[in-house]
Amino acid sequence: MKYIDEFRDGKLARGLAQAIRAEAKPERRYNFMEFCGGHTHAISRYGIEGLLPPNLLMIHGPGCPVCVLPIGRVDSAIDLALHRDVTLCTYGDVMRVPASGQMSLMKAKARGADVRMVYSTLDALRIARDEPGREVVFFAIGFETTTPPTAVAIKQAHAQGLANFSVFCNHVLTPAAIANILESPEVRKLGTVPLDGFVGPAHVSTVIGSQPYEFFAEEYQKPVVIAGFEPLDVMQAILMLVRQVNEGRAEVENEFSRAVTPEGNEKAKALVAEVFELRRSFEWRGLGEVPYSALRIKEAYRAFDAEIRFDLGYHAVADAKGCECGAILRGVKRPEDCKLFGTVCTPENPIGSCMVSSEGACAAHYTYGRFDDRAARKAG
Amino acid sequence: MGGTVKPGYVRGLDLKRGHIDLSHGSGGRAMAQLIEQMFVRAFDNEWLRQGNDSACLPAPTGRIVMATDSHVVSPLFFPGGDIGCLSVHGTINDVAMSGARPLYLCASFILEEGFPLGDLQRIVDSMAHAAREAGVPIVTGDTKVVEQGKGDGVFITTTGLGVVPEDVRVAGDRARPGDAIVLSGPIGDHGVAIMSLRENLSFTTSISSDTAALHGLVAAILQVAPGIHCLRDPTRGGVATTLNEIATQSGVGMVLRESAIPVRSEVAAACELLGLDPLYVANEGKLVCICPAEDAVAVLSAMHAHPLGQGAAIIGEVVEDARCFVQMETGFGGRRMVDWLSGEQLPRIC
Repeated sequence: MKYIDEFRDGKLARGLAQAIRAEAKPERRYNFMEFCGGHTHAISRYGIEGLLPPNLLMIHGPGCPVCVLPIGRVDSAIDLALHRDVTLCTYGDVMRVPASGQMSLMKAKARGADVRMVYSTLDALRIARDEPGREVVFFAIGFETTTPPTAVAIKQAHAQGLANFSVFCNHVLTPAAIANILESPEVRKLGTVPLDGFVGPAHVSTVIGSQPYEFFAEEYQKPVVIAGFEPLDVMQAILMLVRQVNEGRAEVENEFSRAVTPEGNEKAKALVAEVFELRRSFEWRGLGEVPYSALRIKEAYRAFDAEIRFDLGYHAVADAKGCECGAILRGVKRPEDCKLFGTVCTPENPIGSCMVSSEGACAAHYTYGRFDDRAARKAG
Repeated sequence: MGGTVKPGYVRGLDLKRGHIDLSHGSGGRAMAQLIEQMFVRAFDNEWLRQGNDSACLPAPTGRIVMATDSHVVSPLFFPGGDIGCLSVHGTINDVAMSGARPLYLCASFILEEGFPLGDLQRIVDSMAHAAREAGVPIVTGDTKVVEQGKGDGVFITTTGLGVVPEDVRVAGDRARPGDAIVLSGPIGDHGVAIMSLRENLSFTTSISSDTAALHGLVAAILQVAPGIHCLRDPTRGGVATTLNEIATQSGVGMVLRESAIPVRSEVAAACELLGLDPLYVANEGKLVCICPAEDAVAVLSAMHAHPLGQGAAIIGEVVEDARCFVQMETGFGGRRMVDWLSGEQLPRIC
């Protein structure tokens, strides 16, 4: 595959691995967080951890859209589909997220709820057009990457006067989550999560640009390297982070320059700003309530806001007992530290959300990394 | 009195405009006509012609193998095949993977009221062609009709009987450390061909399903290596799932080399686009063979000499591992697990 194979070249990988080993100083530790689940998946799938020196540790961050979705929000979606006679459309991975009472949207579907998996917001719009007698709700989740398509759907529904379409908006923001991690006691005071730098998200940054990360580099003195999702991208970013740490720099560097600009995608940003506004606070699974970290639908488009149309209240629900998803999402614990990991919590029967998506830290480790707990020993 | 009874006039099946209705499953004349004009005509053989509810067959000597497979594929027609030939190939392959020579098939149809007779004929003709090509007759069967909305056009269940040659011992629990893992050709063709037609995933691809009967290939490799340990066709769940099944049954581990696993570039590209791993995508005309290392080259050569094994490759080996893990050396130089498939393979969301 042209333009893909080039970024998965084993020979180049070995060269980069050699450079990382040569430049990482043996007397110090390097702890980097890859924020985004796409990177977590790439690191596990290509066996990148096995190519890194023992004193360099990758910490899996909270950038996995379904992992940070709090139980209360999934409960509301299930309630809509099961008890409010609504056709609920959503992206595939959301179907399996565990909610209260051992329910999930997939189980609700098996009990007769009308839940449909879509690949695009426009599929949900089409369903609303084709079935005017049904209330169709798009259960919108995800970071800055999936927000513009939701904005497009709302604007189109508005333009077409689609009265039976609405959006249950759960879009969240990357910079707010990074700030929350850097402000957390574990990172700031206790030092239980020593963070020396971030691998910044690829696709999110194509939308928001590299500028929003300048604050972290400057204020918190943490280097950030924005990287693509191919394994060589990740290796290159790790090498760039090692160099910044060695040279005492804390800058925003852009490894993914083939797609990311400092300003990002102005058109997409304008679209999002037209349709959405900041929520004062939003609960994240693992991080708790995070101020100004999520979006809601603006007054002008409130007719398409499912939270208003169906008068959805919000009830926070605690994680299942023993589930360490919260600590894992903050980088405090690793999947194999959780007692439930691989015992009662498996991809077939996820207890916590990190076991659901292939981008979740637990699912990635269970699926790809379980054969070798070297990574766990390094953390200890 | 004494006059001759005129045979009742029976209008032929209207294959252009006709549809299945409930009377075709009622046991009456309409059903008899469907069986006669559709199934017996197409599958024609001495057992079906007898018109009994069962087929009375000569008893073969040796160990008998029996396998059954239900087919519910959607869409019914796809590039490279249809539910008809698929239902013949699927069961022949299940029988063949025990090292057996398939002898007979039976076929059971669940038809939905309203299904076009013309489409049914296409499916039945395709089954007949596949069975004839494979040399395995469909000797008995059954037809049921369900009301509209209670089925999805056509479901076909086929059952096969075969006999295992005396010196052959093929089973999923016989893989041993040191054995070679041989794959008969590029993976993922069937799954990608089907997915390209599914619901809202409309993308165009030149990929056709690989659906094929593999008993000829099995006979060819058993001839050069009768001591083959395991054979399996990696259908649903793909090669990854098949190898995990065998590893668990045999109590062994496996190590694959990603760079050795054949995948067509079109399939790799489609999987990339959909967020799928070709190792988990279904095949309908491929087999995995686990054999003693010393037989590997002979098996590979025999596969290469057969039309259905042109793209065969040795993709890894069986190792000792009490955890029964299937691992893979990635083309990138790292190592990872190749786990069981969990749930459906759902595309990533961002």
